[in-house]
Amino acid sequence: MSTKTSIRTPLNRVRGLGSAHHGTSDFFRQRLTAIAMALLFIPVIVIIMSLLGRNQAGAAAILGSPLVAIVMILFIIASVWHMKIGMQVVLEDYVTDEKTKLAAIIANNFFSAAVGLASIYAIIKLSSGV
Amino acid sequence: MTYRWTLTMAMSIIHRATGVALYGGTLLMAWWLIATASGPGAYANIQGFTSSWIGRVVVFGYTWALLHHMLGGLRHLVWDLGYGFGPNEREWLTRAALIGSITLTIIVWIVAYAVGGGR
Repeated sequence: MSTKTSIRTPLNRVRGLGSAHHGTSDFFRQRLTAIAMALLFIPVIVIIMSLLGRNQAGAAAILGSPLVAIVMILFIIASVWHMKIGMQVVLEDYVTDEKTKLAAIIANNFFSAAVGLASIYAIIKLSSGV
Repeated sequence: MTYRWTLTMAMSIIHRATGVALYGGTLLMAWWLIATASGPGAYANIQGFTSSWIGRVVVFGYTWALLHHMLGGLRHLVWDLGYGFGPNEREWLTRAALIGSITLTIIVWIVAYAVGGGR
C-alpha cells in the first residue's frame, strides 16, 4: 500500500479490481477448475482403464459413447483452463522482461486453446462416427 | 539466520514442477485422442510409443505427476478454507500428499497391468 495520500477512497480502488482489472477471477477459476477435475478424476481413470488392451476400434467405440465423451470433454475444458491460469502465474513470477513475458503469455493462451480444441475435436469426431 | 529446507517448501516447488510437466504432457493426451480418432495406423503409432520403455517411463511419470499435483492441490484447497495451518496438521497434510501420490501411482499401475495385460 502506498504511503502517499490519495483522494481515491478504498472502495473506489477495490472497484477498479487491481492493476490487471480482473480482481480475483483467475484465483477463483483456478480453484473452480481444480474442484471440477477432482470430481471427474475417478470417472476419467475408469474410462482410461477400460481402454487398456483394446484395439483402435474398441477404444474409439468407448470414447465415442455419449456419457464417456461428455465426461472427457468436461475434463479437457477444466484441464486446459486450469493449466492456462497456472502457467500464466509461473510466467508472471519468473519472466522479468516485459516483452518476453507478454510473448510467453500469448503463446500460453495459443497452446492451451490449441490443445483443448484439438482434443475436443477428436472426441466429437469419435462421437459422430465420421 | 538459520535456514532449514523444509518438506513444505520442497512440496511447494514440486507442485509447480509437476504442474509444468502436466502442461507439456497434455500434448500426449491430445496425440492419444487424435490418434484414436484418426484410425488404426495412428493408434498403432502411439501404442508403439507408450509400450516402449521410454514411453512407459513418461506415462508412469505422468501418472505420478498428475496424482501428486491433485493431492497437493486438495491440500491447498484445505488451506484455502483456512484449515490445517497448525505445525502438526501442515506437516501431516504434506506427508499424506507425498506418500499418497506414490502409493496411488503404484496401485493405478498394478490395476492397469491387471486390466490391460501390459498393453
